Amino acid sequence: MYVAVKGGERAIENAHRLLAHERRGDRDVPELSLGQISEQLSLGVDRVMTEGSLYDRELAALAIKQARGDLIEAIFLVRAFRATLPRFGATEPVDTGAMQVRRRISSTFKDIPGGQILGPTFDYTHRLLDPQLAEGFTPEAPASGEAATTATPRVTDILGRDGLIEPSPVADADAPVGDLTREPLNFPADRDLRLQNLARADEGFLLALGYSSQRGYGRNHPFAGEIRFGEVEVEFMAEDAGFAVPLGSIALTECQMVNQFKGSATEAPCFTRGYGLAFGQSERKTMSMALVDRSLRARELGEEVIAPGQDEEFVMSHSDNVQATGFVEHLKLPHYVDFQSELGLLRKLRKEFAEANETPPMREAAE
Amino acid sequence: MNAPAYNFAYLDEQTKRMIRRAILKAIAIPGYQVPFASREMPMPYGWGTGGVQVTAAILGPQDVLKVIDQGSDDTTNAISIRKFFGKTAGVATATSTADATVIQTRHRIPEAPLHAGQVLVYQVPIPEPLRFLEPRETETRRMHALAEYGLMHVKLYEDIARFGHIATSYAYPVKVNARYVMDPSPTPKFDNPKMDNCAALQLFGAGREKRIYAIPPHTDVVSLDFKDHPFTRYRFDAPCALCGAGDSYLDEIVTDDKGGRMFVCSDTDYCEARQHAGHRGSESAAPHKERAHG
Repeated sequence: MYVAVKGGERAIENAHRLLAHERRGDRDVPELSLGQISEQLSLGVDRVMTEGSLYDRELAALAIKQARGDLIEAIFLVRAFRATLPRFGATEPVDTGAMQVRRRISSTFKDIPGGQILGPTFDYTHRLLDPQLAEGFTPEAPASGEAATTATPRVTDILGRDGLIEPSPVADADAPVGDLTREPLNFPADRDLRLQNLARADEGFLLALGYSSQRGYGRNHPFAGEIRFGEVEVEFMAEDAGFAVPLGSIALTECQMVNQFKGSATEAPCFTRGYGLAFGQSERKTMSMALVDRSLRARELGEEVIAPGQDEEFVMSHSDNVQATGFVEHLKLPHYVDFQSELGLLRKLRKEFAEANETPPMREAAE
Repeated sequence: MNAPAYNFAYLDEQTKRMIRRAILKAIAIPGYQVPFASREMPMPYGWGTGGVQVTAAILGPQDVLKVIDQGSDDTTNAISIRKFFGKTAGVATATSTADATVIQTRHRIPEAPLHAGQVLVYQVPIPEPLRFLEPRETETRRMHALAEYGLMHVKLYEDIARFGHIATSYAYPVKVNARYVMDPSPTPKFDNPKMDNCAALQLFGAGREKRIYAIPPHTDVVSLDFKDHPFTRYRFDAPCALCGAGDSYLDEIVTDDKGGRMFVCSDTDYCEARQHAGHRGSESAAPHKERAHG
């Protein structure tokens, strides 16, 4: 005898208890601390802060722990928390030119004012698994030196002085800062909203789109003008005090791509820009973002839109991994009712097909 | 660490106000999709975040909430959403369609007629009825503005030419108040006639796509069709095996691997109420209780 399915509530509770159990894993193995995640899985924390749009290492570490290391799930946790936070306003634009640089490279000039600073990077490591790291390894203390006193101006500013690159658009200080988490997005979208969307976008999605542009789907001839990573001061204009109050410093990675010329009968040709910015050390993300930012400027720069990476609606509507994973995974939800409707229709069509084909074909009157 | 503290029904009052404004606009322009600044909710996109935001914005402490998914109060997602509001708003919850003041639904409209004062909140995955004909939002908004719905009629016509029928069995497009073509959410087309001239307010929330739309009470809702191919409802031709109902939408239950099938009401409240009233089907037992597991 059939009894309608019941007991969902208890099933959910038990499933969540089992999840908590699996999350903890073997209880003979020491539990992960948030400090361990934040210190030793720091690039994962950086990604969760960037795509979660919330600069808080401790909460990001908690989210990674709670999500069992699933970074998209962790990003989702951070986003859901962020959505409940009140918004006081927008900070003053950060000055990445004044960044306390920990890494800074340019692939367009051999040497630049302030120098090339390799910093902590996987670049040039040989990707050989290191058995030493398996347990109890204490690395050598890093080499240290005097902090440079020279400024490290942005490479694009150096190019800009000669007018070789288009000027960076100057923000109107009184214009409201666009925020797609507070206002619904409309197309065509301005560059501030596009950049916000890309900053929150899935790293893998941007990587693939940026890569596709390099392989010829809307090619835009990029050079990594500069990638810099370090600390910048964040200031907030306090209306009561009448001056900008420092809130603290955050770690950022910035990538400025230098791309193919534009020019016209009235304008001298010059390089164009693609821009990427992310929390923490997120080089793959910012480079991909800069490639896609430049691709999405096709309309503005009068280029033909022929590739997915140039298509603003396509990119911006599909870049958010929290949205994408939700909708893909919602296919796990019951669809009995729609499926039943489709079954009914399909059975009817098949029956009609069978009947039509059963009818004996008309015999030819004469052999 | 920043310990989270949440408002009544989860959303902050500013957000609720923003959503209410969108709802009011939606009611004023029946069937028109109003963009709204959808928030990230603590459940995934595609799992009812639009419906949850609409419900959170309209819910008051006196409301009685019912949540159904596939017609049932006991599917896991319905339970999860009901518990969410039980926890964050502390409102009374019910499974009875008649007793509820707010009913949030996914994929079904209850069998029992709705009455004045009730609100039916639909969870909507893709609010744009033209989306699968034209993927671009910029284009579809223009088509709605100009009431340029030829493409939809061509699609329905092509179905008839190819299959002999309109091959849309759920999310069947409707025209609201003789103006906007609207997606009724993925309800089976069996439910479409219930939207027409309904006494309750019908609100539609699409969280991921950031759209809200509405059908005010007693509004004309017409399923698109042709004179020579009129709209028809589909229902499996059998009475419910539990309550014997001959007028309800049925779920097909696979009972064994030898082709065994039975058909029971998808609306569990309707089915249980009928069983309590003494109606019996071919397979009915006494009304079931929640099975206990250790």
